[in-house]
Parts: sequence; structure tokens; C-alpha cells
Amino acid sequence: MSKPFWEAASRGQLLIQRCPSGHRQFYPRAVCIVCGDDPEWEAASGRGTVHTFTVIRQNHARPFRDELPYVVAMVELEEGVRMMGNLTDCQLDEVHIGMPVEVHMIEAEPDVGVPFWRPAAGGPGTRGATA
Amino acid sequence: MPDRVPVIVGTGLSDYPQAPHLDGVQHHAQAMQRALADCGVAKDEIDGYLDAGGGGMMIDDAVTMAEYFGIDHRYIDGTMTGGSSFEFHVQHAAAAIRQGLCDTVLITYGSDQLSRMGRGLGTGGLGRGVKRFAGPQQYEAPFGNSLVGSYAMAAQRHMYEFGTTSEQLAEIAVGVREFAGLNPRAMYREPITVDDVLASRLIADPLHKLDCCVISDGGGAIVMTTAERARDLRQPPVYVLGAAGAQTHWNISQMPDFTDTAASRCGPVAFGQAGVTPADIDTIQFYDSFTITVMLLLEGLGFCARGEGGAFVKEGHLRRGGDLPLNTDGGGLSSSHPGMRGIFLLIESVRQLRGQAGEAQVPDCELALACGSGGWLSCIGAVILGREHP
Ligand SMILES: [Zn+2]
Repeated sequence: MSKPFWEAASRGQLLIQRCPSGHRQFYPRAVCIVCGDDPEWEAASGRGTVHTFTVIRQNHARPFRDELPYVVAMVELEEGVRMMGNLTDCQLDEVHIGMPVEVHMIEAEPDVGVPFWRPAAGGPGTRGATA
Repeated sequence: MPDRVPVIVGTGLSDYPQAPHLDGVQHHAQAMQRALADCGVAKDEIDGYLDAGGGGMMIDDAVTMAEYFGIDHRYIDGTMTGGSSFEFHVQHAAAAIRQGLCDTVLITYGSDQLSRMGRGLGTGGLGRGVKRFAGPQQYEAPFGNSLVGSYAMAAQRHMYEFGTTSEQLAEIAVGVREFAGLNPRAMYREPITVDDVLASRLIADPLHKLDCCVISDGGGAIVMTTAERARDLRQPPVYVLGAAGAQTHWNISQMPDFTDTAASRCGPVAFGQAGVTPADIDTIQFYDSFTITVMLLLEGLGFCARGEGGAFVKEGHLRRGGDLPLNTDGGGLSSSHPGMRGIFLLIESVRQLRGQAGEAQVPDCELALACGSGGWLSCIGAVILGREHP
């Protein structure tokens, strides 16, 4: 079920699902959570905004304990679905709800890419916006 | 037809907050023995058993524990909705008693998580590799979110939408600590101030250490039966007037709205069954895994309007001497949190309604609301208990 998602991510592509009636969803499942129909894969834009976030300052598990502090965000894609991700390439105090972000892939293991996020290039409100 | 009206007649707590002499199953057993002794029910009368288990770490699933205790059940239920499991159990047990599926129900919980796993638990994460994780967890595990982080994302969004402040969240922890000072067994009893909460270190922004519950050992047990059977027992019955549960998600990334929980769906159902409103409630025993949990439950259940939780807590309703005292045993924030704390909320509600709460007693306590939150603000269970049956 999930293999196409991780393999596509390792090729730099972010996939979500859309059913024949147009309902979009993430994470991928065997049924549409609105109508119960069969969803199909769809390439996402890779652009979104921060819906909410936290700065993790304590985590005892590796490898995360060596990366503290870091941002975990819920990103709302342009397509309307949300996914969890890490936000990189910015200062912690820059991060705010509504911040435009874009995806970039991290190679986690062979054939498995993991979507990370960074401030959208030239996006409005990337710096100096209020939150 | 009052005969099959469901009531709580017995409660028992195992040793807490730290009990290295007990394992998880022994917490169940000790709490059961104390609950049976409390009301005078014999073990062989139990014909209904409910147990949420401990999340796969122990043998305490419902069927194994029924065997372990030697319970010949006519009704059994292993519903697991995290910390709110026991509010769901009361809902199910009340229905089973009403239907005549069983007469005398036992609900138990126990955990030795502090003695077994230590205090790092709430900020333990999973590895980044996704291949070790099946199902929805694979889409969260790589990002190093923590249990605290999930609630922190709800708090962050609440602050963004409504202007809620860290000071307002801290107010909740301060009030609960005041009650902990009256509980000789509470883990932390020294008074704290809002400044103390804000000065404690950030664990996951915007939640500080003192916005987070303690990690403890502990367990509890409840005996329920019919109002008719209760007449011959040692304790006055506490009536289950309303009990409802609802779910919006399980994994935090699927939370549809980070400032609205399933309390806004199950609350009206429970109030409707009981025929009362939030204004009638004398004390609330809420799941206080984090300060934000309490604020979202207050708003969801209609004690204040959505977004006004911050102002509401500042008005002092929840404090000792207020009109809606919160977590009069010291709560999860200061007294005990063995992992799934929902049974403690019910037991403290019963103690208040019996007038057995000592220095923490809420005057003229007629109606109590126990509200559990399980998972990551995922499954909410609300139980309204009363001293009288209308
Ligand atoms: Zn659909």
C-alpha cells in the first residue's frame, strides 16, 4: 500500500491520493475516507503552508536526540491535505503558522525518501511575518 | 423501573505514585481487592469485566486478566481508547447492566510505567527509518515528534486562533497543584506560581515542563451494579446519569481541527442523557495530560465558548473555592499519571459525591463530570455522575 509513496519520494516526487469523485487524502489508504471508493495516486505540488508546529527540545530517542532542537510541523498542501514533516533551512524563531513552505526529499534508506520542508523560495511572508 | 439503574458502588486505588514492589498486573489486583472491600461485594459475584490493557507491554488484556482473576463473565469488553478507555467502559457497563447482560461489573487498570521505564517516556520517539513501522505510524515516525509535541501543536494553534497565552495555560497547572497539596500521596505537593510554570524549561514549544503531567505508577478499580443490589452494600451508590464517547482521529496528523476535540460531540449527548447543563456541574475531573488538554475539554464540553478557555481559567472557576473545582486529587499534572489515567477521574468523582474528599471536599457536591481524553486528543469520553437519581 505504502511502497509507491516512499519510492516516489526517493525519486523526488511527492504523492497523495485522489478518488474518482475528487476527494483527496493523506496518508494513503485502500479506501477513500469520504466515499469509500478506490483512491488513485496523484502527484502533489509540493507547496503548502504551516498549519501548526512545535519545536521539539527534548527527545531521548536516536537519532533525534542528536538533532535537538528541531521543528515538527503539520503542513497543509495546496491540494488541501495535511501531512506531518520537519522544517529545515530556517531559524527556529522564523517559523510561524501560515508560513509558505516547499518540499525537499531526504534519502532515509535505500528506495525510501522522506519529505522534509523548507521556507518556499521567494514566497511571501517567509521573513518578518507575524505569528 | 429504577431496579436496573446502573450505579458505581466500589472504588479502589493501588499504591501510587511510585510502587516498585508492584508490577502492572499486581496494580490491577490490589485495586480490585480494595474496590471489593470498599463496597462489600464478593469476587464471585462479578459477572462483567472490562479492561483496556496496558498497550501491549503486559499480559493485562481483558481475556488474560479474566483468567488471571478467575472471573466467570457473562459480559466482557476490552475497549482501548487510550486514557479515556474507562469513561467508555462506564458507558458500556451501564448499558450492559441496564440490558440485564450482567449484574455486577468490575473495571480495572494498573501500570508500573515509572518503575519499569522511568521518566523519559513522554519524550521518547521512534527511529527515522520507515520500514520498521506499519500503518499510519510510518507517516509520522520519521519526523521525531514526541507525545508532548502532539499536544504542543494543538496549543500552538489555539494561541494562533484565539490569542491564548502561556500564562493562561499555566493557571491550570497552578490550580491543580493547590489540590495536590491536600493529597498526601500526590507526587508533587509544593505550591507553584504561574511564573514557576513559565520558568520551567520548554519541552515542546509552547509547552513547558510544568504544563506536562507527571509519570507515575498506579492503578484503579471500579465496581458497578444495579441500584437494587446497591441497597445492601457498604457505600452509598453513585448514579451514572450520562455517559458518551466520540472519536475524531487516532494519529495526531489526522486531527481534523487542532482546536476542537470530540468533546464537542460527546458532551451534548452525556448532558442530554443526564438532563443537566454545564452550569449544574459541581466539580470536574478532567484528563490533564497537559494544560492544553484541560482547556480544550472545557471549551468542547461547553463550560465556556470556543476560544474563551484562556479568559475562563483566569477567572478562577477551577481553583479551590471556585464554582467548578478541577482535579481535586491533584490530577495528572501533580499527583499521578500511570499512562492511562481515566479511571482516576471516575474514582475522584465518586469520592467527591460520597462526601469523602476530606480537605479537598467540594461543598454540597451533587453532580460531577469525569472527562477522559485518550491518545492525542483523539477519543473523548464524558461521564456525568450524581449523588441522586432524578
Ligand atoms: Zn471519495
